[in-house]
Amino acid sequence: MNLIDIVEKKDIKEDQTPFNIGDTVKVHVVIREGEKERIQLFQGDVIAKKGTGSSASFTVRKISFGTGVERVFPLHSKMIKKIDVVRHGKVRRAKLYYLRKLRGKAARLKEAK
Amino acid sequence: MVEGLIGKKIGMTQTFDDKGNVIPVTVIEAGPCTVIQMKTVEKDGYSAVQIGLVEEKKQRSNKPMAGHLKKAGINAAKIIREFYFDERSDVKEGSQFFADIFNEGDKVSVVGISKGKGFAGVVKRWGFHGGEKTHGSMFHRRPGSTGASAYPSHVFKGKKLPGHMGDDRVTARNLKVIQVEKDKNLLVISGAVPGASGGYVLIKKVDFNPVPEKTKKE
Repeated sequence: MNLIDIVEKKDIKEDQTPFNIGDTVKVHVVIREGEKERIQLFQGDVIAKKGTGSSASFTVRKISFGTGVERVFPLHSKMIKKIDVVRHGKVRRAKLYYLRKLRGKAARLKEAK
Repeated sequence: MVEGLIGKKIGMTQTFDDKGNVIPVTVIEAGPCTVIQMKTVEKDGYSAVQIGLVEEKKQRSNKPMAGHLKKAGINAAKIIREFYFDERSDVKEGSQFFADIFNEGDKVSVVGISKGKGFAGVVKRWGFHGGEKTHGSMFHRRPGSTGASAYPSHVFKGKKLPGHMGDDRVTARNLKVIQVEKDKNLLVISGAVPGASGGYVLIKKVDFNPVPEKTKKE
C-alpha cells in the first residue's frame, strides 16, 4: 500500500453515497453561526468530480434567482453531513462545463433511464 | 532522546482539522535512525549524536565506513548527520529512534535541498516586477541598471542578478506535526517542506535549547 494512502485512510468516508456526474444532488452542509450549528441544503447538478483520495472534490451547479451558482465541496469534508441523490442525469462527458454557457431550457439534463 | 531524525519526503496530500478546514500536509517517512557515534565535550569539544538513516535496501559500504558503523551494529546507512540530544536520557551507540519521538502538535523545523531551477532570471530568482509586456516596451524581464557610472563606478557586491537558483539547503521553520503513524514511521506535517518527493530531509524539534547548561564551555 502506498504510504500516502495510509495517511489518507482516516479522512476518507467509506459510507459516502455514490453519485455520478450529471446527477442532481442535495448536499447537507453544516453552517456555523457563532457557537450554533445548523444544516443548510445546497441542491444542484454535479458538473465535475476531481482528485483522488482525501483530496477529492466535486462541483455542484444550480441556478439561484436567475444566477448560476457553483460550489466546490471536498468530497470527504466533515462539513458535509449527507448527500442525497435526487435524480440521475444522462450525460456523455465527465465535465459539464458547457452548461455554464447555456440558459433556461437548454441547460437541462435528461434523466437517465 | 535525540532532537531530530533523518527522513524521506514521500509527498503531499490534504487533511481536515476539527473545524472542518482543509490543511495541506506533507508526508515524511522518518527513521529508523541508529546512533552511530556519540560526540562528547571532552573528546570532540561539543556534544552531539551522529545518527544514520537505515533503509531496508542494503547498500554497499566501503571498508572504512563499515568499520565506523560496526559499533552501532548496522551494515549500511543511507545518510549520516549529527543532531543534538537530551543528555539526561539514555542514548548510546546502537540505539534506534523512530518517528514516535515526535508527538502530535509538536513544532518542528524541516531541512531539505530545494528543487533546482537552473539558471534563472531576476523575475523568477529575486521577484523583480519586470517591465511592460506591450505598448512598445522592449524591457520585459531584464534586470535594469546595476549601478551608476562615475560613482560608485563598480557593481556593488550582493547585487541581485540572474544566476543559478534552487538546489540549496533550505529550512522550513515552525511546522506543526499533525499526525504520527507509529507502525509505518510516518510523520504528517502541515504545509510544504523543501525539496522533491523522494528527497532526504532532516526533521528537528523546535523548542529545544541546543546548549544545555552543563555542556556550555567556560
